[in-house]
Amino acid sequence: MSAVILLLITGVGLGALYFLVASGLSLIYGLMGVLNFAHGSFLTLSGFLGWEVGRRVGDGSWAGLLIGMAVGVLVGAGSAALTELVFIRRLYNRHIEQVLVTVGLGLATVALFEGIWGSDPIQIKSPGWLSRTTEIAGVHIPNDRWLLIGAAVAVLLLIVLFLQKTSYGLIIRAGVENRTMVTALGIDVRRAFTIVFAIGGAAAGLGGVLASVYYGQVSAHQGTSLLIYAFIVTVIGGLGSLSGAAIAAVIVAVIQQFANYYFGAGDLAVVLLLAVVILVRPTGLMGKVKH
Amino acid sequence: MRTFLSSTTGMLAIGAVLVAVAAVLPLLNLSLPGILPGPTYSPGALSMLAYAFLISALALSYHLIFGIGGMLSFGHAMFFSAGAYGLGIALNLLAPTSIPDGAVFLLAIVLTLVVALAAGNLVGALALRVTGISFAMVTLAFAQAVNVMLRRDTAGLTGGEEGVTLEVAVVPDLLIGVQNARNVYWLALGILVLVYLACVWIEKSRLGHVVVASRENELRVTVLGLRPYTVRLFIFGAGAVFAAVAGMGFLLLQSTVTPRISTADFTLTLLVIVVLGGVGYRWGAIIGGIIYTLLDQRLASLASASWIADLPAVLRIPLSEPLFLLGMLFVLVVMFAPGGIVGLTHRATRRRDTVTERPEALADAGT
Repeated sequence: MSAVILLLITGVGLGALYFLVASGLSLIYGLMGVLNFAHGSFLTLSGFLGWEVGRRVGDGSWAGLLIGMAVGVLVGAGSAALTELVFIRRLYNRHIEQVLVTVGLGLATVALFEGIWGSDPIQIKSPGWLSRTTEIAGVHIPNDRWLLIGAAVAVLLLIVLFLQKTSYGLIIRAGVENRTMVTALGIDVRRAFTIVFAIGGAAAGLGGVLASVYYGQVSAHQGTSLLIYAFIVTVIGGLGSLSGAAIAAVIVAVIQQFANYYFGAGDLAVVLLLAVVILVRPTGLMGKVKH
Repeated sequence: MRTFLSSTTGMLAIGAVLVAVAAVLPLLNLSLPGILPGPTYSPGALSMLAYAFLISALALSYHLIFGIGGMLSFGHAMFFSAGAYGLGIALNLLAPTSIPDGAVFLLAIVLTLVVALAAGNLVGALALRVTGISFAMVTLAFAQAVNVMLRRDTAGLTGGEEGVTLEVAVVPDLLIGVQNARNVYWLALGILVLVYLACVWIEKSRLGHVVVASRENELRVTVLGLRPYTVRLFIFGAGAVFAAVAGMGFLLLQSTVTPRISTADFTLTLLVIVVLGGVGYRWGAIIGGIIYTLLDQRLASLASASWIADLPAVLRIPLSEPLFLLGMLFVLVVMFAPGGIVGLTHRATRRRDTVTERPEALADAGT
């Protein structure tokens, strides 16, 4: 029983990490029909820069981590907005080309990160509390999972608040439903594109710093490997659906943890789950957007 | 002259001449400094060219799926590794038998082809239930699963990170060793020609036309009473088998295969090749494959050049990463030259035609 609780909570923690990456992917796809292969690079870059700044402020201290997280959010948002402005915007409405450009950017930036920080993972220090455990119902839960879950819940709430309460949120929601109509009403939907990219990048940036805490290291390939799971989460949740991404992230991560523990085949279980979802419900759990 | 070159006989003649030139290269002593590592008869140059041919053949199989079928698959690497690993594993399993070596070799090839055909149809049947980006994701997920299985030494067959080594005892002697580099070169050239001809045949067939039609307007094809799903599945399966053929050649050339060729990055490389060459052009895939391989090799040696090592870090780091340069080149091609290399040459030649002669050509070039 204690193993089940442990797997459940660590699974939710991993799901929180997946959600941070997948939320941006899903929003961007929902509004623009672009599957962003450069998303992993936003994550990796934020992870590296957050670590570089954080260790100068205080290696392994809370101040260092919090400032690192802030830097990660800013770097993620900035690099994502820049990508949209420089590359994506010029290929307006040419979805395949947009995907291809992000593929090229993803390949090139990972190579660049390898050149700068080396291809081997760099071990990092984090505050002592994060590497200890908390006992809940007789189970020792690693503390960094709480940080992940808290961050993901905060991000989910912030994005939902933004989408529901602000005028830009309204434009974005309307754009996801019917972009042509929004444009026809005379609203410049392109600014919403940049904002959505920046929000997605910020979430991924936060995910990048937290991923380095979770794995205890930063590496040039961290983003790429997380990105594949985020893609799977996005498809299972339904492309374009934020709540779908949140639910699917938790389901995927929990199933992965259980399959890893009992059969040692977490990755295969995830792919199997994807296959079943595609067979039974090709639009994903909550997807309805068609581009 | 132009009309002859663009006629069917002319195309055949050009193709035959190119293949003949490529075929006699190992017998000549040509030096292309900066492009090839040595004279054309040397094993180093031959194995590099053979590698380029195999990558081109693989790119052609991807062209069939992406360029003709319009299916953006991110899992093509799994079929290439199915060929390479399949042949390696089959040879390892069949090796200690009393059957003659030649028969074992043939049996292993047939087995690998059957496995590739089955895998292609299975993955295709499932992935084609969805279209567009979801299709890309499903193929990516399957490729990822294959990659994980190969890296884990599943059932003690795939050898983990070390990969699988070619069991030379049952491979015909003609294909083994440095002194037989030119035989392997001819084999690679043969695979490329074979895959090319098969692609021509499929594209010219009625099925090929239906696939192109469903890429352009799926609804209309459905209304006409044809099934896009079935023809797409056929193209996907054919692409998988051709990729496996290239993979078998790869194993024979390299005599060892590692999980590297099953990664998502490897598939993305294929995408880069096809787009660099020009989406939808058969020649684009071939030219892209050859240019990519040469660039990849030469940029790596450029990276270790002394004048680069002396540059300040801001310039040195990007220049010493071949994948960074190729990735940025790819981005530029996508943004500014959507037809790739072949598309650019087409545009250049078409502009020279007079308007009265081929009025529709200018309209095409303008799009």
